[in-house]
Amino acid sequence: MLDVRLYLLQRLSAMVMAPLVLGHIAMMIYAVQDGLSATEILSRTQGSWLWALFYGTFVLAVSVHAAIGLRVIVFETSGLRNRALTVFTWAVFAGLLYPGIQAVYAVTAS
Amino acid sequence: MTTDFANHSESSTGTHMKVSVWRGEGNSGAFELFQVPAQENQTILDVVAWIQQQSDPTLSYRYACRVGMCGSCAMMVNGKPRWTCRTHVNKVLQQGRLEIAPLRNLPVIKDLVADMSEFFDKWVKAEAVFHPSKTRHDAIEPINPASPKRIAASAAIECINCAVCYAACDAVSANAEYLGPAALNRAWTLLNDERDSANSERLKAVSGVGGCHNCHSQQGCMEYCPNELNPTASIAGLKRATLKHLLGWKD
Repeated sequence: MLDVRLYLLQRLSAMVMAPLVLGHIAMMIYAVQDGLSATEILSRTQGSWLWALFYGTFVLAVSVHAAIGLRVIVFETSGLRNRALTVFTWAVFAGLLYPGIQAVYAVTAS
Repeated sequence: MTTDFANHSESSTGTHMKVSVWRGEGNSGAFELFQVPAQENQTILDVVAWIQQQSDPTLSYRYACRVGMCGSCAMMVNGKPRWTCRTHVNKVLQQGRLEIAPLRNLPVIKDLVADMSEFFDKWVKAEAVFHPSKTRHDAIEPINPASPKRIAASAAIECINCAVCYAACDAVSANAEYLGPAALNRAWTLLNDERDSANSERLKAVSGVGGCHNCHSQQGCMEYCPNELNPTASIAGLKRATLKHLLGWKD
């Protein structure tokens, strides 16, 4: 159910997520404490390749990590096997990646 | 007489204790209650032997050495996997009662006898088999006992194949393909054996769908191993080794 490649992908995505989570929390605290409005936040993020890269990477790492993690849980707790398990894994990946990238695009596209 | 022993004498009938033993073949069966005389020094295997010799000769169970070397007599005792020949009744008795069942995570042949086939088949699948790099005509290779590889191998080598770790492992329960702690522990000792020549095949074998990466590091194997080995640490070593192998990194 988990081979060495999926194991590596899950660990790598976790390593990518760790600093991004801290960066995201720091940004939220900054935005809330300074009382930034939605308009002021969008004025900083729209057109910014840096924020697009930051949250784009975050969304990709979350999609990979969650899909593999849920694959393990579903395999161990349900009868899902073989092709159905592969379809489930890709569906979770796509189901997180698509709306995530849409959201990133919405706040960073100029 | 210990306090525990006094406790079990009081809560059982006279000087007897109540022992529930799993009876049945294959998937069907039920616990059967026996009254077994309590002795001051008594192992779980003694209890099972008494039932078979004095109460019901049709009871099936497996044992051989009786001294904790052969790994034949492991069973579930009050829900926990134990080597029964070295488990004193006093230490595991709960309110004057014992519940003895065949090992978890393995098919039952009859009564207390689990079918060990898949357990040992997985050893072979994990390449937990010695592949010598030399013949009997070559000189004996000197092995430095202080080398890091030999120290790692020696720390995990004293496995008696009892399957207690396999029965304790929730990853095995949830994933029938998972090779299990014992096979992977043996693969780790061979990976560190400088006389072995099959590490590439071994790393491939433990990297597949039922391989070492399915371990959740819950450490049930370490908790119950009668020889106090730590298969979880061995499996963690295999995870590192397989990642290095995949990425082309040298040791």
